[in-house]
Amino acid sequence: MPRALSDALLAAALTAVLLTPIFGLHIRVDGVNVSLNRTPMPVIVAVVIVFLLRLFQQPLQRLWAKLRAPASWRENALTAALGQTVQQPRYRLALWLLLLAAAMIWPFTASRGAVDVMTLALIYVMLGLGLNIVVGFAGLLVLGYAAFYAVGAYTYAYLAQQYGLSFWWGLPLAGGLAALTGFLLGLPVLRLRGDYLAIVTLGFGEITRLLLNNLNSLTGGPDGIGNIPRPTLFGLEFNRVASEDGTAFHEFFGLDYSGNHGVIFMYLLGLALVLATLFVINRLLRMPLGRAWEALREDETACRSLGLNPTVIKLSALTLSAAFAGFAGAFFAARQGYINPESFTFIESAMVLAIVVLGGMGSQLGVMLAAVAITVLPELAREFNEYRMLAFGLVMVLMMMWRPQGLIPASRPPQKLPEHAEATQ
Amino acid sequence: MMLKLENVHTFYGQIEALKGVSLDVHPGEIVTLIGANGAGKSTLLMTICGSPHASKGAVIFEGQDITQKPTHVIMQCGLALVPEGRRIFPGLTVQENLQMGGFFADKSRLETDLERVFTLFPRLKERRHQRGGTLSGGEQQMLAIGRGLMGRPNLLLLDEPSLGLAPIIIAQIFQILKEIREEGVTIFLVEQNAHRALQLADRGYVLENGRIVLADSGANLLANDEVRKAYLGG
Repeated sequence: MPRALSDALLAAALTAVLLTPIFGLHIRVDGVNVSLNRTPMPVIVAVVIVFLLRLFQQPLQRLWAKLRAPASWRENALTAALGQTVQQPRYRLALWLLLLAAAMIWPFTASRGAVDVMTLALIYVMLGLGLNIVVGFAGLLVLGYAAFYAVGAYTYAYLAQQYGLSFWWGLPLAGGLAALTGFLLGLPVLRLRGDYLAIVTLGFGEITRLLLNNLNSLTGGPDGIGNIPRPTLFGLEFNRVASEDGTAFHEFFGLDYSGNHGVIFMYLLGLALVLATLFVINRLLRMPLGRAWEALREDETACRSLGLNPTVIKLSALTLSAAFAGFAGAFFAARQGYINPESFTFIESAMVLAIVVLGGMGSQLGVMLAAVAITVLPELAREFNEYRMLAFGLVMVLMMMWRPQGLIPASRPPQKLPEHAEATQ
Repeated sequence: MMLKLENVHTFYGQIEALKGVSLDVHPGEIVTLIGANGAGKSTLLMTICGSPHASKGAVIFEGQDITQKPTHVIMQCGLALVPEGRRIFPGLTVQENLQMGGFFADKSRLETDLERVFTLFPRLKERRHQRGGTLSGGEQQMLAIGRGLMGRPNLLLLDEPSLGLAPIIIAQIFQILKEIREEGVTIFLVEQNAHRALQLADRGYVLENGRIVLADSGANLLANDEVRKAYLGG
């Protein structure tokens, strides 16, 4: 008992030290006066809780183990049954179509704000799927993904501002330029392995952000680029008043103007881009190139012994991944209408990486779920906004403890058997 | 001449692992290289594959100097390596492992090549949709050999295929090596299991401290007193 008591006291003291600056002290600004507000209550409550939990840790653990045993059995049986149903191709397809139909109908019933948040989530889905190629399939840790995202966004923004290029021209150019950036970065860098690659890409991300911040003539520096045109639907604009030689969507269809049209259009466009991303990636995965990515992740030496050039394969993964970041960036710029370097900080790269890791590396469904969760949950819990990063860290730690393989662990796409092979079985 | 090494020197940093090795492999032969741990057997194979490159001397494959070519180019010009420790892809299925072996082969030949490997190793056919990592050690070795054959090599290099396998499985694998040779594939076999390797091989080389100390027919080496003492347990 004295051992538990001293442990509990130590834990309580640590809690007090850690939490006092976060919860106990608030800076209040009143005009020019800055004063410090002291709110000791939350700290005291937290200290007491930690003290008690630590003191009775062992009996609590025993109780928890007793409660958990039957529950975990039920849970496993359920997930196994669910997993088996989902594994069957027929149900799988039906499930996907159902999800897609729901995703397409949903914006017409939801509020404008909700649709807008989901559009943002779709951008993160795209980024997550793109980063998943390098991190999940090829097994390369890239920490500067936001750089490619930024290249895409700025490409479209700059071209639109300087040359009045429309979104539909800007999108492929943004993807192409981001891909080129990925390719050029990969040439010297992909000889590195593991941690070194992570550090170099981290540096690349920061360099890109600093460049954007300081290259005033091209990027507008910290002011960014504004007035980025929104996408049009076959030339139809989503403004109240169409530009001189354009037609507005609501005029063309004889509808009353509603801001919702534009928002829903952006959402559907995002959905289409996500579907295109998914389609391309899944086609590639079934091709030898996709298999080579996975083989490379599993055993680079064996790949070399089979005559594969690891650098070329890694380069293809990074280039493609960067291209999708570029598409997402152009879409992001079009949605925001205004971009500045603040949107492409390291936190952004870390966020996308967290999405991939939380979802399950190499698992596309998992990555999509994680992307939606990470963008939507903070919006639902607006009042806890200050503790967002705290909760984020907590979720990461808990996930790594209980489910290190991610929300939905990767299952590889089943290979179709050639017909005569099936007959022999 | 299928493969010719001329006075090959290989360094790992300051350490000279091969100190002037010369050997020949003729088409249709099974040639074995035996030697103790650390003699440089694996280094010799890796030098043929160009990783590391020989710092002196020449490696000539089918009349072509491949000494300084990059590994991925060497591995595409008609030789295949079955690496030490098998190194199959554990997460890919048996069939996908084999397809990786035929990565650069003509896609129209893929089915025939698969069938050829499945005829040699019926066990692999039974397990073609199972993941590589779930196979037993012997099956993994078969998969590694099959993967090597998928590129239709003229010369198959094997690095210790008997490593860690039960005697009965080793016997099976060596039997299959014989069949592979009968199909016209030349085999260069690096082994610690000298007894079996010499029984199978037409000719053998003995490597000691980075130098070839003996070269003779397999049968003569088996009967050689020094070899018996050093590698066959007296």
